Amino acid sequence: MFETLSDRLDGIFSRLRNRGRITERDVDEVAREIRAALLEADVNVRVVRAFIDRVKAAAVGAELSKSLSPGQQFTKIVHDELVNTLGGTTGKLTMSPKPPTVVMLAGLQGSGKTTAAGKLARLLRGQGLQPLLVGADLQRPAAVEQLRVLAGRIDVPFFSEATDPVAVARGALEEAARLGRNVVIVDTAGRLQIDTDLMDELRAIADVVQPHNTLLVVDAMTGQEAVNVAEAFNDAVGLDGVILTKTDGDARGGAALSVKEVVGKPILFVGTGEKLDEFEVFHPDRMAGRILGMGDVLTLIEKVETTFAEEEKRRAEEILSEGRLTLEDFLEQMQQVKRMGPLQNVLGMLPGMPKELKNAEIDDRELDRVEAIIRSMTPEERRRPELINGSRRTRIARGSGTSPGEVNQLLKQFKQVQQMMRGMPGMAKRGKKGKKGKGPRQPGLPAGIPGLPSA
Amino acid sequence: MVPIVVVVVLLVLIGLVVGFVVARRRGDEIAPGEPTPTAGRSAGVAVEERPVVEAPVVEAPVGEEPVVEEPVVEEPVVEEPVVEEPVVEAPVGERPRLRDRLGRTRSAFAGAFGRIRGRAVDDDTWDEIEEALLLADVGLPTTRRILESVRARAKATGAADSDAVIDLVRDEVVGMLVDDTLDGELRIVAGEPNVWMFVGVNGVGKTTTIGKLAAQQGREGRRVVLAAADTFRAAAADQLALWAERTGSRIVRGQEGADPGSIVFDAMAAAGGRSADLVLVDTAGRLHTKLNLMEELSKLRRIVDRTEGACKEVILVIDASTGQNGLVQARQFTEAVDVTGIALTKLDGTAKGGIVLAIRSELGLPVKVVGVGEGIDDLIPFDPAEFASALFEPDGA
Repeated sequence: MFETLSDRLDGIFSRLRNRGRITERDVDEVAREIRAALLEADVNVRVVRAFIDRVKAAAVGAELSKSLSPGQQFTKIVHDELVNTLGGTTGKLTMSPKPPTVVMLAGLQGSGKTTAAGKLARLLRGQGLQPLLVGADLQRPAAVEQLRVLAGRIDVPFFSEATDPVAVARGALEEAARLGRNVVIVDTAGRLQIDTDLMDELRAIADVVQPHNTLLVVDAMTGQEAVNVAEAFNDAVGLDGVILTKTDGDARGGAALSVKEVVGKPILFVGTGEKLDEFEVFHPDRMAGRILGMGDVLTLIEKVETTFAEEEKRRAEEILSEGRLTLEDFLEQMQQVKRMGPLQNVLGMLPGMPKELKNAEIDDRELDRVEAIIRSMTPEERRRPELINGSRRTRIARGSGTSPGEVNQLLKQFKQVQQMMRGMPGMAKRGKKGKKGKGPRQPGLPAGIPGLPSA
Repeated sequence: MVPIVVVVVLLVLIGLVVGFVVARRRGDEIAPGEPTPTAGRSAGVAVEERPVVEAPVVEAPVGEEPVVEEPVVEEPVVEEPVVEEPVVEAPVGERPRLRDRLGRTRSAFAGAFGRIRGRAVDDDTWDEIEEALLLADVGLPTTRRILESVRARAKATGAADSDAVIDLVRDEVVGMLVDDTLDGELRIVAGEPNVWMFVGVNGVGKTTTIGKLAAQQGREGRRVVLAAADTFRAAAADQLALWAERTGSRIVRGQEGADPGSIVFDAMAAAGGRSADLVLVDTAGRLHTKLNLMEELSKLRRIVDRTEGACKEVILVIDASTGQNGLVQARQFTEAVDVTGIALTKLDGTAKGGIVLAIRSELGLPVKVVGVGEGIDDLIPFDPAEFASALFEPDGA
């Protein structure tokens, strides 16, 4: 079973008998558990210590909640403190009153600077600005070429020259003036913060371009090291913000907390994939949940909001309240689900998903097969699947390129689902805010979903 | 206002869809009376597989012929390979000692231990040792195991001062990494097809590691073919081509978006008939959470495996600054392509690479090479004793 921090803390609290207020002893008991959770998430050891001290301060003396279990309450305190630390408000790029605004990206080798530069350029262009991409990484083979290609893809001008990074920086400003670009994004070579020569070079580049935004690009899977890197880069060139990359992996991302704690500047953006549109504004609350291993419910909800148009939402509500689901409905809803992105990623965002399911290899092409089967049915067959006999099955199988056995299995499964759906209206009524029932409740996955391991 | 109803529907529907999918996968049951499904249940199905989402193009349009490029350097005809001088001056055959490379690392780390040394052992000692290990990304579970074992040994041997305890820690670490049964060398057999695949997440240093190995193998008189099977990332093949040039290796590359499988196939063909000794396959960086990409990787492995015994190594490249996720990476990649060893990169920084302890401990995977810089010679073999010693050595030793 997927065990959250909340569950683990509840395990500890069940041993405690007092009720009323949280005592210091209570906190000490759970501090170990919280520390383990944060270390597991790659938060720096020293940052963890300071952080737990703050949690203690917040927790001791707090009244024990009536509606939350102690474990839940504690997790909430930790969560809230995480959100506070990660940044109360969403940060923004500093724009210069006198163009061009200069953004300089820096970081270790392989952190994702070049891709981030492309993504940032694309984002800003989408906002009506005119960026210039500058390839000042002359160290890594073909780095300039890589950025040039990316620039071409998003139709943004690109500048570099085969001299040296400082000269490129100088030339970039001239080029920006010549082309009338109002944002200059400088990609620099990855460098170790202990490489004094390269850090000097970075300073020299910064001296030339005078960035309004010096952003540290950090890989979300970075471990304890994040603190050293952030500190050193901040000391050397002064950081204004952070970009966290490769968050589409399953690294918990504790590096984000470490860096924020050490640098004190906001994490501005997160990279969520290799493609240039996979770039989002940083949300501290989502990151907090992720660090605690709580899944990313908010991102999920947002995905639902954007992909499910009003019409489909209404239809979904109808299905829910009527408790009837036809194959036709299912086909429609499946289109929506498909648009939310790879099923595996979406599943990953759901907290409380059984571990077997999270790890199950869900191939999105299976969705296609199911779809093909349903499409090979006549509308009548979709409305009344009981019509489907042996010969129809064979026809459907042939039409969809599957086997009669698979068709049969789908129908059996679907029948079970229909039975389950009959229980839905009751749930829906309880769920709706302001309607009957006692306010909002977060329903979990209904039991008895065919095929799912029982929770 | 959160439309909870929508979330419920979503959860239900995802559940439904997943339920179908998982059940179909799990139960290969055939309903009674049904004709047996043909062997083409999953493979060879007539349904055109449309990718659901934009994934890197795996299936190439037919007709993309991968290009075999010869380096500028003359094709070696005689036994003595004609190799362009590597850009970095380094005496051929001499490899920098880990100790020297880790100069800065050692003093940074030993500094931590420097504080603890030369005292009587107390609770603070254990706390500080624990912290030092955690800072090295060893991870809490492995750290606890190490300390448990060391505490027991310390008690048994009556170790009274912190120096002795630290030595015990070092021995414990070495013990975890040393194993005579496991092969710490990169496997290559003369007269046979030899393919080394390089896999890993994005940005870890696969291409650079390949370049360094090509140089090394070239110096040892082997003819190398590089397979640019990263057809996804912009200018990835260009990057590898530069390494081919530097090292006098041949390169097989294709168009961006071409089928990586065909590159692998063609590279092996190009090396066939004794015309080369070793094929190094560069693959696209991929997060292990992307199932379709992991499947693509499995497919690449299968292509290599069509030539029995050709796949001598599947090297998982891991960045030394990776945190606990490194263990997850190792697990997932091993499941997908049966990793044989680790290349630990960027160890010239302050990162300690402690995650390899957990990887070794849980998965039995040895570290086979260590990357200590971006230069062509910045590659050294992994020596557990040296690794542990260099980390735990007192200042000035």
